[in-house]
Amino acid sequence: MEPVIVFDNVHYTYPADEKESLCGVSLSIEKGSFVAVLGHNGSGKSTFAKHMNGILVPDEGRVLVEGLDTSDEEHIIDVRRRVGMVFQNPDNQLVANVVEDDVAFAPENLGVEPKEIRERVDAALRQVGMYDYRMHAPHLLSGGQKQRVAIAGVIAMQPDIIVLDEPTAMLDPQGRREVVDTVFSLCREKGMTVVYITHHMDECIDADRLIVMSNGCVMADGKPADIFANAELLRREGLEQPETARLLQDLRASGMRLEGEPLSVEDCAELIAQVLQSERSRS
Amino acid sequence: MLKDITLGQYFPGNTVAHKLDPRTKIILVIVYIVALFQANGWIGYAVVTAVTAACMALSKIKPSNMFKGIRPMLVIIVLTAALNIFYTQGTPVRPGWIITWEGIARAVQMVLRIVLLISGTFLLTYTTSPIALTDGLELLMNPLKKLKVPVHEMTIMMSMALRFIPTLISETDKIMSAQKARGADFETGSLVQRAKALLPILVPLFVSAFKRADELAVAMESRCYHGGEGRTRMKQLRMQTRDYIALALGAVFLAVMFVLKRYAL
Amino acid sequence: MAEIITDKLCHVYSKDTPFEKTAIRDISLTIPQGQLAALIGHTGSGKSTFIQHLNALLQPTTGRVLLDGEDINRDKYARRDVKWKVGLVFQYPEYQLFEETVYRDIAFGPSNMKLSKDEIDERVREAAAFTGVDEALFERSPLELSGGQKRRIAIAGVIAMRPEVLILDEPTAGLDPAGRTQILDNIFRYREKSGATVLIVSHSMDDVARFAERIIVFDDGGIAMDGTPDEVFSRSQKLVEIGLNVPKAAELALALRRRNIPLPESVFTHEQLLDALLKAREGKAC
Repeated sequence: MEPVIVFDNVHYTYPADEKESLCGVSLSIEKGSFVAVLGHNGSGKSTFAKHMNGILVPDEGRVLVEGLDTSDEEHIIDVRRRVGMVFQNPDNQLVANVVEDDVAFAPENLGVEPKEIRERVDAALRQVGMYDYRMHAPHLLSGGQKQRVAIAGVIAMQPDIIVLDEPTAMLDPQGRREVVDTVFSLCREKGMTVVYITHHMDECIDADRLIVMSNGCVMADGKPADIFANAELLRREGLEQPETARLLQDLRASGMRLEGEPLSVEDCAELIAQVLQSERSRS
Repeated sequence: MLKDITLGQYFPGNTVAHKLDPRTKIILVIVYIVALFQANGWIGYAVVTAVTAACMALSKIKPSNMFKGIRPMLVIIVLTAALNIFYTQGTPVRPGWIITWEGIARAVQMVLRIVLLISGTFLLTYTTSPIALTDGLELLMNPLKKLKVPVHEMTIMMSMALRFIPTLISETDKIMSAQKARGADFETGSLVQRAKALLPILVPLFVSAFKRADELAVAMESRCYHGGEGRTRMKQLRMQTRDYIALALGAVFLAVMFVLKRYAL
Repeated sequence: MAEIITDKLCHVYSKDTPFEKTAIRDISLTIPQGQLAALIGHTGSGKSTFIQHLNALLQPTTGRVLLDGEDINRDKYARRDVKWKVGLVFQYPEYQLFEETVYRDIAFGPSNMKLSKDEIDERVREAAAFTGVDEALFERSPLELSGGQKRRIAIAGVIAMRPEVLILDEPTAGLDPAGRTQILDNIFRYREKSGATVLIVSHSMDDVARFAERIIVFDDGGIAMDGTPDEVFSRSQKLVEIGLNVPKAAELALALRRRNIPLPESVFTHEQLLDALLKAREGKAC
């Protein structure tokens, strides 16, 4: 698979800080993959995200987006068009008083023809299921709806990559579900590359890849199943083990033979039920 | 309570009044204000009132919504009425009273003038989305760009302000409740004490407004905002036949008002 | 003593306007002294409106709120004094910090109570200790601290009033797992030491399953369920129907039951589920 974003030994320190917020991050993000990034508050995951579209640029090392260096002022708009960003607070990223005008904001900035903007806006709103709300005022929407409008506003730029920085941190469970479902459909159906930053473990279980960050470094990088099976690592990083992984681990400890690491509730229940039933038929 | 303010609120609709080009409506409101100030006789006021009522009917704005918009101005209206009633010389209503017939007439006219002024401008904001309004302003002021007036920056600031007014109002509500829960008292005490009592609201409000501004700037840059240069708009403004008709009617209205003034009607 | 009783509490927003909306209807509850109860429900189910009635921030449209048998809305003074007895911590309370120093911010509530300087000082230190706010931070500006620290300072600001009833609206929202555990532990410590009644609004069923003595489920302005975690979570199916989450362990138990694994009704924590599964296994093995 071809990498769309490459971090090459990236160091970054905020101007007012002494401590590095990113200390030598090197990794690449594959095209079309769903990459989840976990870490406690202050682990550097937001700083990491802000490097992906040149909002922050490395003090040392470099970030390449589809071959473009983000420190290159000349290409900054090209970089930002390719990497859409959705932030934590839905209220602070909607600029217009009417949903559809907000979604049009990015293509307008890019100088797209009015007729095409209209098409992009309608398509983007349909994609996130907010087309029926296109004439509404953002402040009257629920948190989950606002966040979906923000996602539509980013899709309307037609980016290849979408980076979401804790998009569900301020939402209720209902809103969280709406946003997570929308983001997964973008990756699975539209083939977009997604970088999804969160501290909710259960939102990461279906990701292709999971990166755990701490103190500005990548502490773990692999398949969610492998990382969630590592209780020791999770405890050290102040993260919770998903109930499914924890249950499988404890059942194994009491002698049950369970193969694989199914993380979703249904898959996990299926595995346990099968093993219990086969044990019964054997005895 | 704070939530009930409808000042500058837009009511979406599909009437002629909604469909008119915002530039037309802005010009018409200016025409309307000029015309209103020509009225100095009963016939003049009757004409303006009739025109206002007709526009309200056209835009299908409920009078109740109009009254809601006027309510915050009630103090000013009552004060104006009172001043005019008591301080106008003329024939007393009853011998010995300070209230004069002229005073009553003037008071009614002044109140009418204020109410009509508010109604006319509200018709604009009720029927025009803030984005269309700022777009219209930007285009109307375009010639000023040659004089290095930052027209785009001014209009984008205005639309941001409109976008965040409801958010900040609900935030103020929340902060007030939270401070009240810690025993803050906003209702009693001397003027100085009450002004001081506002600090626990204002400080968090400013802190959060700055945080919002910061985050918003990052979000806008992330969406490729780089000033007005090379920007296109999804909704192109195009003057239609109805705009020219509306402008022509506006001109007629203004002419009528000038004539009426001439004859002091 | 601090027993709260609500008697047929109703609240209608913007009454007699086109925007009229009934937020809560006919809520009659008794919350005894010292109870640790969780309020759950969707956004807009009426929880937030309800809790703002308990310290007279909102007045009922109809119905009454009684604290130790007395109507908290009986007069203006009662409405003010109930604020000291019933402390309310709003969502994201860190956004309400305003003083120049941490110390003064925590002292805001007690100063409004017109206490003596020594008394205020004692309470500030006590509240800071409960919430794990280091006294070394007292002279710092609250605005320059981390999100988790700010949250604890804001909660200390309410605890410093020594409320007999402490109500918190989603105290752990937006925090990472470590921050969540810490905040909840702080609250429980205050409860243990002071014997206060504690009401927590939460969206996290896993947290609720761990700590609550009683769970009150709001739905559409009314109370849909009210009971011990055992009682409420053994009707997980009903919670799912209302559209609420259930604890992950209860969700797994539901999925296992659907696959004909016999599990008892009241399984909603990890330990219970593990135990039940091991029992089921032994039962089958013999």
